[in-house]
Amino acid sequence: MNEAQQAGLQIDWAGLAPMIIVFVAAFGGLLVEAAVPKARRLVVQVALAVLTLAAAFAAVILNAGKNSAAFEIEGVGIGSVVLDGPGLFLQGTLAVLALIAVLLLAERRTTKGGDFVAEAAVVADSAADKAQRREDGATEIFPLTLFAVGGMMMFVTAGDLLTMFVALEMLSLPLYLLCGLAKRRRLISQEAALKYFLLGAFASAFYVYGMAMLFGFAGTVDLAGINRAGVESGQPRLFLYIGVAMIAVALLFKAAAVPFHMWTPDVYTGAPTPVTALMAACVKVAAFGGLLRVFNVGLSSSAWDWHLILTVIAVATMLGGAIFAVTQRNIKRLLAYSSIANAGYLLIGVIALGDAVGQTMFYLAAYGFTVIAAFAVVSLVRDGDEEATHLARWAGLGKNSPGTAVVFTILMLALAGLPFTSGFSAKFNLFAAALQADEVGLVIVGVVSSAILAFPYLRVVVLLWLNEPAPDAPTVNLPSPMAGTVVAAGVAATILLGIVPGFLLDLVDQASTFLNT
Amino acid sequence: MDDISYAPAEGVLSLAWLLIALPAFGAAVLLLAGRRSDKWGHWLGVATIGGAFALAVAMFASLAGLENKSAELDLFTIIAVQDLTIEANLLFDPLSAVFCLLITGVGFLIHVYAVGYMAHDEGRRKFFAYFNLFAAAMLVLVLGGNYFMTFIGWEGVGLASYLLISFWQMKPAAATAGKKAFLTNRVADVGFLLAMFTMLGALGTVDFAGVFNGAESLSTGTSLAIGLLLLAAACGKSGQFPFQTWLPDAMEGPTPVSALIHAATMVTAGVYLIARSHAVFSLNPDVQTAVVVVGALTLLFGAIVGCAKDDIKRVLAWSTVSQIGYMFLAVGLGGGAFALGIIHLLAHGFFKAGLFLGSGSVMHAMNDQTDIRRFGGLWRKMPLTYATFAAGWLAIIGLFPFSGFFTKDPIIHDAFAREGWQGWVVGGAALLGAALTAFYMTRLFVLTFHGPKRWTDDVHPHESPAIMTVPLVLLGLGSLGAGGLMATSVPEWLAPVFGEPHEVHGHLTHMQVTIATTVVVVLGAGLGWFLFRNGTDEVPRAAAWPVRFARADLGGEAVNRGVFERPSRLAASASVAMDGRVVDGAVNGLAAGVGGTSRRLLVLQTGFVRSYALSILSGALIVVAALMVVVVQ
Repeated sequence: MNEAQQAGLQIDWAGLAPMIIVFVAAFGGLLVEAAVPKARRLVVQVALAVLTLAAAFAAVILNAGKNSAAFEIEGVGIGSVVLDGPGLFLQGTLAVLALIAVLLLAERRTTKGGDFVAEAAVVADSAADKAQRREDGATEIFPLTLFAVGGMMMFVTAGDLLTMFVALEMLSLPLYLLCGLAKRRRLISQEAALKYFLLGAFASAFYVYGMAMLFGFAGTVDLAGINRAGVESGQPRLFLYIGVAMIAVALLFKAAAVPFHMWTPDVYTGAPTPVTALMAACVKVAAFGGLLRVFNVGLSSSAWDWHLILTVIAVATMLGGAIFAVTQRNIKRLLAYSSIANAGYLLIGVIALGDAVGQTMFYLAAYGFTVIAAFAVVSLVRDGDEEATHLARWAGLGKNSPGTAVVFTILMLALAGLPFTSGFSAKFNLFAAALQADEVGLVIVGVVSSAILAFPYLRVVVLLWLNEPAPDAPTVNLPSPMAGTVVAAGVAATILLGIVPGFLLDLVDQASTFLNT
Repeated sequence: MDDISYAPAEGVLSLAWLLIALPAFGAAVLLLAGRRSDKWGHWLGVATIGGAFALAVAMFASLAGLENKSAELDLFTIIAVQDLTIEANLLFDPLSAVFCLLITGVGFLIHVYAVGYMAHDEGRRKFFAYFNLFAAAMLVLVLGGNYFMTFIGWEGVGLASYLLISFWQMKPAAATAGKKAFLTNRVADVGFLLAMFTMLGALGTVDFAGVFNGAESLSTGTSLAIGLLLLAAACGKSGQFPFQTWLPDAMEGPTPVSALIHAATMVTAGVYLIARSHAVFSLNPDVQTAVVVVGALTLLFGAIVGCAKDDIKRVLAWSTVSQIGYMFLAVGLGGGAFALGIIHLLAHGFFKAGLFLGSGSVMHAMNDQTDIRRFGGLWRKMPLTYATFAAGWLAIIGLFPFSGFFTKDPIIHDAFAREGWQGWVVGGAALLGAALTAFYMTRLFVLTFHGPKRWTDDVHPHESPAIMTVPLVLLGLGSLGAGGLMATSVPEWLAPVFGEPHEVHGHLTHMQVTIATTVVVVLGAGLGWFLFRNGTDEVPRAAAWPVRFARADLGGEAVNRGVFERPSRLAASASVAMDGRVVDGAVNGLAAGVGGTSRRLLVLQTGFVRSYALSILSGALIVVAALMVVVVQ
């Protein structure tokens, strides 16, 4: 390192600013836990998290148009952190979506004290646990969220496999914790956290192994270098294939592609709903940001080799997610399987490589807004203290709470991809880009899968409006401005991106080229 | 032909939109205000149409002072896609001017009449709303500056006609008649649409100026197609063969509706369409022949069936079918006869409206009975109705100096002037039609007003109130004088549209035709008077097959049933079966298949981390294996 400094290492501090802001604030949040009295912690933490993410978003905007590495030696970039169009766009998207998710995490009115447990170490369902249900939830969730978001922002700009691995762990570990912090149904929540952790660790092992193989093949962990080696290297190509396969497995696990998806429904159901919203929106953005970069920058020279198997996985994911969703009776599981099917559509964008990068990013943003709002509505419909997640309980919601039902109907129609919603413009543009890249077969499967998936969504709509409510129908708790903002912002973005998608499409179009491709 | 171009509208002519907006406003207020406007709604309806009439007169006067006698008004763009632009524009030229005067003038009188006629009807406000809606749509039809605007009006009058025929929808006959009119018109309207598509395909425009100027460049096949498709649309709207069956059934609507829509204005829209498109029709002799054949056939058809009917309004309806046949004949002959068709249309608008309103007055007196076999001797009881009806009767049979004489005889003359044997056939048909018209109209007149009383016991006939008789008198005066006034002035007025009127010389001279027509008319009328001067049987007598055939509308209904209804029913039941067994079967089967697959595969979702990890591991193995397979290849 000293040698490097002597050789003239230049660091683009402004380019690193978004991540630095988030990480510093995350540590600051830990100090707040120690220094600020309990009564005021929530306000301070929420304000800190919101301001941090807003500042990070502003810092991303200031970096707009950059196309360089953050670290350079004598003017030659080293690829640890790469500030290019897709990286910056996805960082901005993450900042905005995380900001919305933080508001949902901060919701305290729909159920007293919020959805998070006060002392996670107390044994579930013990007397002490029952006693602490009246207490306010822990505020450590905000620094944890900031750490995860920082990791995600690093993940989408990581230019070598090693940085990417660090980022992967950094975004995963806080999420494992967050999943286990539900105040009610704690055992299910803890089970979800443990499952997610075990399987995540399993997937990380694949990642490390794949990284070793690729290093053996290319002699570098730099993505651009791996790509060059795909053409030039004299090493046996077996290393390349095993490496590609292992890295792909780890990333597809995070993206929830079939057959690496099985954790998704359990974790989505068990985790506190605000955390599920964070995962469905932000982790999806991060995972596909990583997939796009690895395959576009690092593996495009070996595209012919992995094209077939990735196509098979995309088909399995699209059809699997849709078919599993058809028989779901729990709204959170339904949304989980829908998120798997959506991962399949996004994989089309990955397979289509450079032609579809912009449209894939548009899809990620559009889907993120819609799904956060959907989970926010789920957290409002309650049987007493618990969320009424069984779909039968939602029957006739349109009669008692027409406003909520209208909002949820819009979100369901958006997920089903009806025109004038973001779901339509996102799917249409993604599929059109894939057709440009000659992926006709995948687009056909995508359309068939969308048709199957429309059935469970529309069944929810039918349930909301055409069924009689039960006498003990669940109540819709009036949200505080926090969750209210989440729903409003999500629905507004869903409609806006459906009617006038032009401005964002122009933006992703300008931001669709990776550095070093 | 010189290029056709229209000057932009200025002064009072730029208010052409207001002509449509006035009745449209009336309709909107009456429909939206609901019961609150029950008290004054009908007067608003009358006022808007009256205002439109005043405006039309002012515009007419203003147009007369213009040099090139046309004014075009662009409102806004309806469609702008690449090369195709369709504007909402209005065209006020001599042809649309006379139609505007007819629609608003006669329309105003009938509106006034309807205030009295509908006085005891609960739905009077709704009636006036629809009536105003009709007037607005009809004005769009005649003022539209391109075929698309005409089509909007065309569909609008179809809608208003449907609403008004079924106005008493609690009567099954009225509901069915409305449906029948609507469906028949829909079939014919397809012709209009296809004609527009053909124009767009061949010329890229539906603007009148663009189509007429480009018409000469069209191939014979294309101009034939456009002509025949427009003819089909015109036949549907005007109740011409083979679409004639809906018009008599339309008499189920209130009588003012029959007078305004199904006699004076809407049913003449077909004549307007052909006259407006004269540049297209004149180009292709085959299309002209088709129009002539339709006209000649229909005028005989209507006259024959008219002889066999006993319902006062149905006789008038069939006579409308027959008289519009004359107009079609005229516009089919082309050249100077275009203007003859239009003046017969105007004259017919007056006398037929008068006859219908007269029949409404009679029905009012006779407890809404319509069977002329149960009338008789009414002339003493309702002298004003009697006198005005007599004027209409003399006008339609065409005796000097009533209006039909000046407008129908020239058509018969021009029909004889057609070249070769066609002239004799068509002229003969027109002459025979005149004789039949004289016969059945005399029969109607005599059975209604003269001869012994054959009333049912419960009727006490009386003259109608002034609000009904004043319009009757005005229309009666129109039947008396309009023909003579219009015979020369209107063709001159229309010269900018159709070209200068010129003499035609054919098989017979004017004098010969006049003498022949007068002779057959007097014979027909005399025969009618002689046969029915003492009334008639009150139940139909067994008769030979020609009479039975005429009573059955010359088989029109049977043809409809056999050609359209039965195959439609078959197709409907076949598609229901197809939908139920094949489509639903496939869909339900597919849904069950997907659901079953879903349930079976979800067994894999055990909830155990070990099986999830196994899934990941086997996935990884498959990925590695697949990459290896690619290598081996």
